Amino acid sequence: MQQAVALSASRASRRGASIGDPIFAGLARASGVLVLLLLGSLILSLFVGGLPAFRQFGAGFLFSVTWDPVRQVFGAGVSVYGTLLTSVLALIFAVPLAFGIAFYLTELAPSWLRRPVGTAIELLAAVPSIIYGMWGFFVIVPIMSQYVEPTLIDTFDGIPVLQDLFAGPPFGTGLFTAAMILAVMVVPFIAATMRDVFETVPPVFKESAYGVGCTTWEVMRSIVIPYTRVSVVGGIMLGLGRALGETMAVTFVIGNADRISPSLFSSGNTIASIVALEFPESPAGSLKLASLLALGFILFVISFIVLAISRTLLRPRLKV
Amino acid sequence: MSATITAGTVPGPAKDLQAARALGRRRHRVNVVIKVLCVLATIIGLLLLASILFTLVWRGATGLSLVVFTQTTKPPGSNGGLLNAIVGTLIQTGLGTLIGAPIGLMVGTYLAEYGRGSPLANAVRFVSDVLLSAPSILIGLFVYELVVEPFGGFSGIAGCLALAVLVIPIVVRTTEDMLQLISPSLREAAVALGAPKWTVIVLICYRAAKDGIVTGILLAIARIAGETAPLLFTSLGNLNWSISLTQPMASLPVTIYQYAGSAFDDWVQLAWVGALLITVGVLALNIVARFALRARS
Repeated sequence: MQQAVALSASRASRRGASIGDPIFAGLARASGVLVLLLLGSLILSLFVGGLPAFRQFGAGFLFSVTWDPVRQVFGAGVSVYGTLLTSVLALIFAVPLAFGIAFYLTELAPSWLRRPVGTAIELLAAVPSIIYGMWGFFVIVPIMSQYVEPTLIDTFDGIPVLQDLFAGPPFGTGLFTAAMILAVMVVPFIAATMRDVFETVPPVFKESAYGVGCTTWEVMRSIVIPYTRVSVVGGIMLGLGRALGETMAVTFVIGNADRISPSLFSSGNTIASIVALEFPESPAGSLKLASLLALGFILFVISFIVLAISRTLLRPRLKV
Repeated sequence: MSATITAGTVPGPAKDLQAARALGRRRHRVNVVIKVLCVLATIIGLLLLASILFTLVWRGATGLSLVVFTQTTKPPGSNGGLLNAIVGTLIQTGLGTLIGAPIGLMVGTYLAEYGRGSPLANAVRFVSDVLLSAPSILIGLFVYELVVEPFGGFSGIAGCLALAVLVIPIVVRTTEDMLQLISPSLREAAVALGAPKWTVIVLICYRAAKDGIVTGILLAIARIAGETAPLLFTSLGNLNWSISLTQPMASLPVTIYQYAGSAFDDWVQLAWVGALLITVGVLALNIVARFALRARS
């Protein structure tokens, strides 16, 4: 009797297995497919939503610098320019800083300091974007308008190209300040990635270099950087991908202007900031909303390419 | 043999001791300068974090009072609080996590347990990695197109869905990594007892990887709690008390965004209080998550 119960129980459990296994496997696979569908429908919805704008303005939409809600003429030129300029400028500020931090954390810092300092840098990445926006607007903008921008304008006055780049009234807001805030935001991402790839260098390589008398910097320059070059570029691309789509922080400080001017101190737009700022005044079904969705599509394509390259470069060395 | 080789017989130019010393000094100088620059870079990084935290405490702590937690947002000058925004953020973050985390868990399970090496799994992993860093504002536009427009209006549930999309890739990454760390012998022991695969995964692997998975979910919560951009197009924000999921719903980040840009001093003050609350919450979650993982490894 007891045997019979045990037998039927084991049969039941085997039946549970034969039903449970395919169900669980199916669920897991379906979730995987869902992620693919999610990305697919994300692209599709932005493209379909932006289609009226692409139809109306054609390929010229990408380059047109007109954004005129009154005449219902919209172009992506200004915001694409602002997006690329602020992101690249941010990388120029961020990469040396991030490299210094990563170098310090892997080679210079005493071991008891590595973890707390590393954690502090990672916390910088966790601070919400809107906080960077407020901090930028209330703390950085006044500093920029009172000290940094007047100094730069005076310094470069009279030098042919530079005087145009650093010109205009020092409002404090604008592309330059947006790039600086973006730089602060992407530094932790790049620094953490660089630190992780630097740590993948086999110690014996470094020890050999030290053994023939290299200084710390020479080991870095001749051993660590050549060994990790590809992944370092991947980390920088990851930072670029983050900077391109950053919204709230930029929205606070960029000044929202629909034109391109040569000065870095002038107000401007990025794709993300114009979408956030203009969306409330874009009723459903309007050409303006379609243009914003088309801008979203362009941003998606740009950041998808950048992130795909970044991942391809990083994945072999590191799970990022 | 070694005695026959002297400085004079070494091929190549004769060694100039003076030049060698100068070179050595220069190498040393370069090394010191670079080291100092790196220390400076780290100090700058730490100062930036300190500046942000100091600003938040300086501006936010003075406005911190019970009213903030007991009163809803009110017109300027009438001593309002942030109750509806706080509750809205809790609801949307909670529901977003409840929707997104199980999906992310299943995707991570698929990648680690079922799809190793298959083209589908590689594609899923790639897409999940891209979604992890994709601009969150686009997720907002996507949910706007998918939910808000067809179903006639901004709603709390649309906000939850947008946040859920952000949760998925974070949980996928940590779940997959943690499941891969489990030793094969543990799995083999369970299989040898006759347990079916799904039982092994649920009862053995999930338990063994629990801390890592929880860490991933905590990090995901920390990430979405401070998200503003996706909510602008989905739950929109609401200055009145509402916890209906089909109505526009307030949230701390969106309220901060609206208040910080306003011309009223008491609203700006409340924005700083909100900013302090959200940052303390997010950073605390991050630290807790890190300790949960560290206790393990």
